[in-house]
Amino acid sequence: MKTITTTDTPVAINSSGSGHTLSILVNNQPGVLMRICQVFSRRGFNIDSLVVSQGRNPSFSRMTIGISGDPAGLDQIIKQVGKLIDVIHCFEHTSMDSVTKEMILIKILCSSDERSAALQITEHFGGKTVDLTPTSMVVMINGDSPKVDAAIAMFSQYEIIETVRTGKVVMARGEQPT
Amino acid sequence: MKNSSIFGCVVAQNDATSPSISNFMSKQQIDGAQALIKTLDDLGIEYIFGYSGGAAIPIFDALETVKTKMKFILVRHEQGAVHMADGYARATGKPAAVLVTSGPGAGNTVTGLMTAMMDSVPMIVICGQTVTWMLGKDAFQEADIFGITIPVVKHNWLVKDTNSLPRIAREAYHISTTGRPGPVLIDVPKDISQGPFSGEMNPTFNLPGYDPSSDFNICKKSVKAAADLIASAKRPVILAGQGCMIARADKELMYLAETLDCPVTSTLLGKGVFPENHPLSLGMLGMHGTAYANKAMIECDLLINVGSRFDDRIIGQPSKFCKDAKIIHIDIDPAEEGKMIKPDVMIVGDAKAALTEINEKISKVKHPEWNEKLNGYKKKFPLSYKKQGGLRMQQVIDELYELTEGNAIVSTDVGQHQMWAAQFYKNHESYHWLSSGGAGTMGFGFPAAIGAQLAHPKKTVISISGDGGFQMTLFELATAAIHKLPIKIVVLNNHYLGMVRQWQELFYEDRTSGVDLVGNPDFCKLAAAYGIPSVYIKRPADVTKQLEKALAYNDGPILIHAECVKTDNVFPMIPAGAALEDMIVEAPKTRMAKPVGST
Repeated sequence: MKTITTTDTPVAINSSGSGHTLSILVNNQPGVLMRICQVFSRRGFNIDSLVVSQGRNPSFSRMTIGISGDPAGLDQIIKQVGKLIDVIHCFEHTSMDSVTKEMILIKILCSSDERSAALQITEHFGGKTVDLTPTSMVVMINGDSPKVDAAIAMFSQYEIIETVRTGKVVMARGEQPT
Repeated sequence: MKNSSIFGCVVAQNDATSPSISNFMSKQQIDGAQALIKTLDDLGIEYIFGYSGGAAIPIFDALETVKTKMKFILVRHEQGAVHMADGYARATGKPAAVLVTSGPGAGNTVTGLMTAMMDSVPMIVICGQTVTWMLGKDAFQEADIFGITIPVVKHNWLVKDTNSLPRIAREAYHISTTGRPGPVLIDVPKDISQGPFSGEMNPTFNLPGYDPSSDFNICKKSVKAAADLIASAKRPVILAGQGCMIARADKELMYLAETLDCPVTSTLLGKGVFPENHPLSLGMLGMHGTAYANKAMIECDLLINVGSRFDDRIIGQPSKFCKDAKIIHIDIDPAEEGKMIKPDVMIVGDAKAALTEINEKISKVKHPEWNEKLNGYKKKFPLSYKKQGGLRMQQVIDELYELTEGNAIVSTDVGQHQMWAAQFYKNHESYHWLSSGGAGTMGFGFPAAIGAQLAHPKKTVISISGDGGFQMTLFELATAAIHKLPIKIVVLNNHYLGMVRQWQELFYEDRTSGVDLVGNPDFCKLAAAYGIPSVYIKRPADVTKQLEKALAYNDGPILIHAECVKTDNVFPMIPAGAALEDMIVEAPKTRMAKPVGST
């Protein structure tokens, strides 16, 4: 098996840890992300994941931000973000009141001998093969963060060339707006 | 071609087009800069402080081609312009505009913006910028001032559409002056300002994330909870901050204090919102506040904070601050709730609206024992200074207070003289005290006094600076001289950066480092170089006579150079980060531990 050097070594795969997930509705304008990031960095919060996309109304964007830092300061930071002129609202969501999903692409080295076992794992996680070569395979898996972590653990029996995770997106349960 | 006027704009007009010159909405071509200047005028902006430069030429040109009521003041450095706008706002409650060019011009506004942001001061800064197609390509005098200033403004804009200029200017004014006020910045690329304008002069806002009208909806439940705490308090104290002043709640505050027979202390920025010569006033609290105000904090059983953000200069060590007292916190900014001190009752909203509701629920009480106790502290720990052994800054300030009967508008710089001015110049009303609190910006005071004097030409305006701070913005002597502004420019010269020297003496075994201002100019000769007269004071016995002379001169600025003792210390003092209980009221006999707090 040839050696692959990768910057994506599996050191600390823990997306489901003790962080917090914020959903922020913002004006779809340049600089908004910078304003929000400055609030977090100034207060020593680290951004673990970040998903931004245009809202249904193109005037707005939706951000889902996973952050970790001193929980004592969290309420105040949410208010500091909320008072930015370009922020419509900023809510924290817990796993109790919301659904959280992410997607991962996993690229593994996989010969034809190993392929059927890899496909079984993919099927078990409800994933899909989105690229296949005689020596490699790219698998796509959706789910909550622990499921994605588990999939990475299972695929670790192969040589993982790289992984790309989208980061979490969150939506409030029931009729509540996010 | 001939020139004609559209809403006061002189514009080149093609003879073939309609000659309708008075019609505001006529189709004659104006540019973005003219629309911008016209909008500022419509908004009631009275002064524009600024400094020209390449990328701002179209906007400066519009100052000539659009007829407005606005007055332009050419400064000598952009920092001066921002502090002047700041001083104007602190003396009136209204914003002024600042107009500067791109790159270094815009960059020089950053300290002034930060100063205004920290102290919730409204102002509108407009910067020229390189043309849009050169943005991000390191064009001459290009700076990403939008990115640079995000942390020091309430909001900012990089304009990409000429037709949006009036909307953005109106939004800027609205955001700057409502809710918790603050500075705003509009970055205008040159092709945008000189591009043809065909938009709406009075468009609707596009601010879905900003609704300051909710500041006036006060939570009834919180008001009830606050009234209950007030009813059961035996030793209440009111802490009046600048939020109370901005809301113009002076009368409501007075009613609250007098109805409850409740002593009032104020923050540095809240000075004057409750008259400091009132029997219930405890003066300023905090690191260099009065001993009686700080003792009141320690011993009270209820603290009513009206519009102060519990700055670290006030609370010392948060865990020990007012730990036996219930705390009511009124603040317009929801993000202030629990930031420093966790209140028992939080009322988010406008201070005037909140106090009006609270005042409806309180009844007259007396607290004779409590006030007697505090009056005892006033007698035991009065603010004092020596009149022997050389001239003290305190004496100059004290006599200025007496001679002006507390009616002057006073600006200060930052340091020892600032604290002494806060202690000895008692403010009797709001908007008369201009001092950089949160940012602690040296060089602020003198330009701020220029802004205040322009706003109030008839009032006595005194700029009190140390020799350090004054030299940071002294070039504005030219601005004051040209406009014949009768500012009393007091330079309290101890040849030291006194506050740092005080710390070095008390906490660093008297190792002075980087504080000796050897090489100070002769400030009287310096003033003379600008055609400004001066008086010189060295002996304590001369203070009254010389100050009277200076106060009587109103044909322009006059400089008062007071040569003061080199080493003097400000007391009372609570070392940074220490509990209020650790206050020292006089020079300590033993060496003190280094403070754990910031500065």
